[in-house]
Amino acid sequence: MSDDDKNKFPGENNTGHIWDDNLRELLNEPPTWWKIGFHMSWILVVVYTIIYPSWPGLTTHFKGVTGWTAMKELKEDEAALDKIRGPYEAKIKNMTAAEIMADPELSEYAVRSAKVLFGDNCAACHGSGGQGNPGFPALVDDDWLYGGTLADIQTTITGGRKGMMPAHAAMLSDAEVDKLANAIVSGKVASEPLFTEKGCIGCHGADAKGQTFMGSANLTDSIYRFTAKDQLASVKYTIKHGVNDASDPKTRNAEMPTFGGGKLSDTDIKKLAIYVHKLGGGQ
Amino acid sequence: MLDKAAKSEVTLEQIYDESGSWHVNTGGETIHAKRMKGRFRKIKWMTMSVWLVFFLGPYLRWGDRQAVLFDIPARKFHIFGATIMPQDVWLLALVLLFFAISLAAVTSIAGRVFCGYFCFQTIWTDIFTWIEEKLEGNPAKRRKLDKAPWDFRKIRIKASKHLIWILIGMLTGISFMAWFTDAYQLWGNIFSLNLNGLEIAVLLAFTLGTYILAGFMREQTCFWLCPYARIQGVMYDSDTILPTYDVARGEPRGKLKKGQIDEGKGDCIDCNQCVAVCPTGVDIRQGQQEGCITCGLCLDACDSVMDKIGRPRGLIRYASLDEIQGKEQPPIYKRPRILIYAGIISFAAFGLIYGLSHLGSLDLKIIHARQPLYVQQSNGDIQNKYQLKILNKSDQDMTVSITLDGLKKYKTQGLKDRVLLPAGKLSSFTVFVRAPRSVLDKERTPLKFTVHSFEVYDDTAEYESMFYGPRT
Repeated sequence: MSDDDKNKFPGENNTGHIWDDNLRELLNEPPTWWKIGFHMSWILVVVYTIIYPSWPGLTTHFKGVTGWTAMKELKEDEAALDKIRGPYEAKIKNMTAAEIMADPELSEYAVRSAKVLFGDNCAACHGSGGQGNPGFPALVDDDWLYGGTLADIQTTITGGRKGMMPAHAAMLSDAEVDKLANAIVSGKVASEPLFTEKGCIGCHGADAKGQTFMGSANLTDSIYRFTAKDQLASVKYTIKHGVNDASDPKTRNAEMPTFGGGKLSDTDIKKLAIYVHKLGGGQ
Repeated sequence: MLDKAAKSEVTLEQIYDESGSWHVNTGGETIHAKRMKGRFRKIKWMTMSVWLVFFLGPYLRWGDRQAVLFDIPARKFHIFGATIMPQDVWLLALVLLFFAISLAAVTSIAGRVFCGYFCFQTIWTDIFTWIEEKLEGNPAKRRKLDKAPWDFRKIRIKASKHLIWILIGMLTGISFMAWFTDAYQLWGNIFSLNLNGLEIAVLLAFTLGTYILAGFMREQTCFWLCPYARIQGVMYDSDTILPTYDVARGEPRGKLKKGQIDEGKGDCIDCNQCVAVCPTGVDIRQGQQEGCITCGLCLDACDSVMDKIGRPRGLIRYASLDEIQGKEQPPIYKRPRILIYAGIISFAAFGLIYGLSHLGSLDLKIIHARQPLYVQQSNGDIQNKYQLKILNKSDQDMTVSITLDGLKKYKTQGLKDRVLLPAGKLSSFTVFVRAPRSVLDKERTPLKFTVHSFEVYDDTAEYESMFYGPRT
């Protein structure tokens, strides 16, 4: 660096900073486009801080002239949605599920809004498409433990269900369990003498097709309440240890929680019942 | 543009010499071009009038609607009898291809014809300067007025000019909008000051854009903003015909003395008329350059001077580089570039004709339910769930039948014999298909859905889906 009197390049408007003999810094104006951008940027900052919440204070902050907050925006959006949903909600509130399903527009509304409810409340056990999971029944087929009419489904959701079958390990010999299990898997358990002798008939019915009022499984069809790769072993296990039998620690667990009584509103339950009914197996 | 032999002799200094003498107007000066009558001026007026379609087109009616309406909110383009929906967007790709390659082909044959004769930038500029001439007078008077102090007369002239420019800008914006909404209703909304925010924004943008681009930016737009000006410049070849100064005939140029051309001098009398009339302010005698929009106005100017001094016309003429250098020119059908362009253009044109004549009135899409892929029923049957989406593209309600193909002994649920499809709407149905396990010999069986309409139009739409079963 050299002083002004040593400036080898006078009159060219340089800063006097000269390196390596001739490398020097000039005092040129920045380009116009750059200056426009610069001024627009700080003007934007000022305008933004006036419009939106910005400067912090000791106890609070400047709220901005528009008073905008993210929460307020969310509330507005929700209110806008409620405005659209309102008329439908009011209409279906006093209708039965069957009446709602009979109306194409309301039925469509129920199905669409129940999709979220299903995801939040049902999908964890029954799968996102109602396809079921090991130990949790599929909702898409035509086999219903407690009945597949709209009213049955509604009752199930409202009150929940708890399966019940006593453990038979103490009452039946291994050979008897084998015999019964094989008869169930082959679909001909109704003609198996042990079925009647050992009292299975009492819950599962004379034709072994189960009874919806108590939720006893249909033992003749190809759908199992407890699916497994080795279906025969699974059936034997169920016979031996029962379902929800408190006396047997190895018992099967089959309980659907209650969704009525404040957990879900009656309207939501109606919507869900329609949704489930329409998954494919409704009767 | 020099011969190869001459090129090798050019030294670096010579190249820099030329760059020093080049004058490029970067917007510092306003071009006040002289207007002259002539052949190409007449052609320009005729080609400009194509844009009347832009202003008048929206007022044509077709039945009870606008003949050409790009209805974006309803996702429908009406073009006379045809209605084009988003499903037909591939047609747009062909339209773009057609115009892009046409531009390339035209450029290869005759340079920037679009710039000179059809481009909205040069045409609106031409109209704006025409108005300027009507109000302020010829270029000399205009320059004088620009320098004159602001008195009442200057304010009156300038104010009326800018007002007319802004009105043209507004009319441009309104005409643009009229293609996207009902034109008559739009005018009603304008006069009742009933425009929505978007309409006001479009109108403002077009008014300001037209005013600034055609009133002030003018040729600078072509120089520095327009990509096509640059792209087209590299699509020329030595057979492309362009406004060209015949150097051999014109040089050495010299002033006319005693009404005669000096012995040993060329035909160019250095009258500068070609520069005076140029709307972009270039000197065509320096050769082809990026500022030239090939409008041919310098040809008119030079021809009128040649007529006056009794020399043959065409000192500046549409000619290719090869022609000026006296080389043989291949006929147009022997230039591979032109043939390739023509091939692509015909492909696009054929596709468009096919597309427009096969628009169809039905569109079928099927979504197979994925969770679960299949459901086993209590009797062992396998059930699949399909979401059918059928679009009725016509403007009348249609009754259709839906049939399935590819599966034996199937049963359906949710499928009626006759399905009513409302006009112009997408209808959605859930259909369950059920088949005994015995007919499924593999995990996936192809299943074809056919929608057949037989009332209004005889039309079908098909969709190939799959029927899923357990792994066998």
